Amino acid sequence: MKAAGFLLLLAGWAIVVAALLLLPSAASRVAFVLAGIVVQALGLVLAVRSHRVLDVERG
Amino acid sequence: MGLLVPSLSQASAVLCFLLILLVPLAGAGLALVNSGLGRCRSAAHVMVASLCVSGVAAIVYVAIGFSWQSACGRSAHLLTIGGKTWSWIAAEPFFLRGLPLDLSAESLIVLLQMFSVGLAAVIPLSAGSDRWRLGASCASSAVLAGWTYPVFAHWVWGGGWLSQLGTNSGLGRGFVDGGGASTIHAVGGLTALSISWILGSRRGKFSADGIPAAIPGHSPVLALAGCLTAWVGWLGLNSAGAILFAGAEPSSVVLIAVNTTLSATASGLTAAVVTRVRFGRPDASLIANGWMAGLVASSASAAFLKPAAAILVGIVAGGVVLFAIDLLETRLAIDDPGGAVSVHAVAGIWGLLAVSLLSNGGSDGQWLAQLAGIATLLGFVLPLTYVLNWLLDKFYRQRVDEEGERQGMDLYELGAGAYPEFVVHSDEFMQR
Repeated sequence: MKAAGFLLLLAGWAIVVAALLLLPSAASRVAFVLAGIVVQALGLVLAVRSHRVLDVERG
Repeated sequence: MGLLVPSLSQASAVLCFLLILLVPLAGAGLALVNSGLGRCRSAAHVMVASLCVSGVAAIVYVAIGFSWQSACGRSAHLLTIGGKTWSWIAAEPFFLRGLPLDLSAESLIVLLQMFSVGLAAVIPLSAGSDRWRLGASCASSAVLAGWTYPVFAHWVWGGGWLSQLGTNSGLGRGFVDGGGASTIHAVGGLTALSISWILGSRRGKFSADGIPAAIPGHSPVLALAGCLTAWVGWLGLNSAGAILFAGAEPSSVVLIAVNTTLSATASGLTAAVVTRVRFGRPDASLIANGWMAGLVASSASAAFLKPAAAILVGIVAGGVVLFAIDLLETRLAIDDPGGAVSVHAVAGIWGLLAVSLLSNGGSDGQWLAQLAGIATLLGFVLPLTYVLNWLLDKFYRQRVDEEGERQGMDLYELGAGAYPEFVVHSDEFMQR
């Protein structure tokens, strides 16, 4: 679960970087950057939730 | 932003040098805060670890770190994408070879960075308090100073791709961070998050059903004295950083000092008011966290804000850090005794956003550049620092064994307690 969260964080960053470096139009840049941030937010939620389950199990 | 090293007059260079000499006080203050908010049986360990990781970080940074970071306009590896050239990593010789250490801007940058990387290395000690072995914390700080910090700092301060977003992509002034809200604090705070995840929580911190036990800091006096010490260090850090990395005029040091102070005081007072309303009395530990969060949030933007905006930055930082501390402990089971993740990562990210939301004459696209920097922290720095520390843990266990945690880090690793004449209480507040 945590690995999946990190992969989503990485994927979101890749979307942001690709949008800023490759897309010429301002509107599409904004849309893809925001999409990348949303993907990262999902990744962060997944990573912290997986830690909570593990840490509580460990006591 | 700042794609060339600033050209400084002799007087400006001397001013900058004197400001940089204040920066170690930021690390000293942070060490005191970490020690005060930890348990008394690990108090000396935190201070020893702060000295050791600062030393390791400075040596490793000079040995190899600066080679990856460098300064604007110096040699770097370039990538051409979409017809534009992007700098992704510096290409300097190891051990500062060929760099004259005089009053030039490059040499001032090296000096400031030696202190800054030490400050970044002290931040995770807060999250690992009471259970992070001394040797492991030094090894982790070597990884931070040798790779994670300099690579990201090159992108922000060394003329790298984040700083080029202004000239290459037309996004305002590119990613802006005058005093290290991202490079020092968010990087340190996200490393603290990784360390907290890898070490796990302190023994007895969470019950089987996930309810956290309150393990109070042993000395609010130390923590609050640390805040006052750090304040002085931050005045130097924000001022020197803004001049060397964000193109601020040396004459702007008064504005930067005013804004840094306003942000810290507003944040500390917000924490005092909120805890007074919520708990009936102001909470000293949370006021210390609020004060530090205000300092951190001011780092990115102190050179670009009007004083009223700096107060707003502080008020928001004070509110956000209290919310984050509560969320991390009660909902996310992250055991961070000194609040490093909330104070440095969360407040640092707020400070980066404040540059685009509140700064004087915020230009088109600046918010996209700031979002790109934040996305890089979350998508590159956090996974990288977690994986590197996880690998380190496989070869060199980071968490002290159960006996060490029972005795306390002072006795177990240093052989003597910080307060030998005092009775050290047992775990009477722990859930059984």
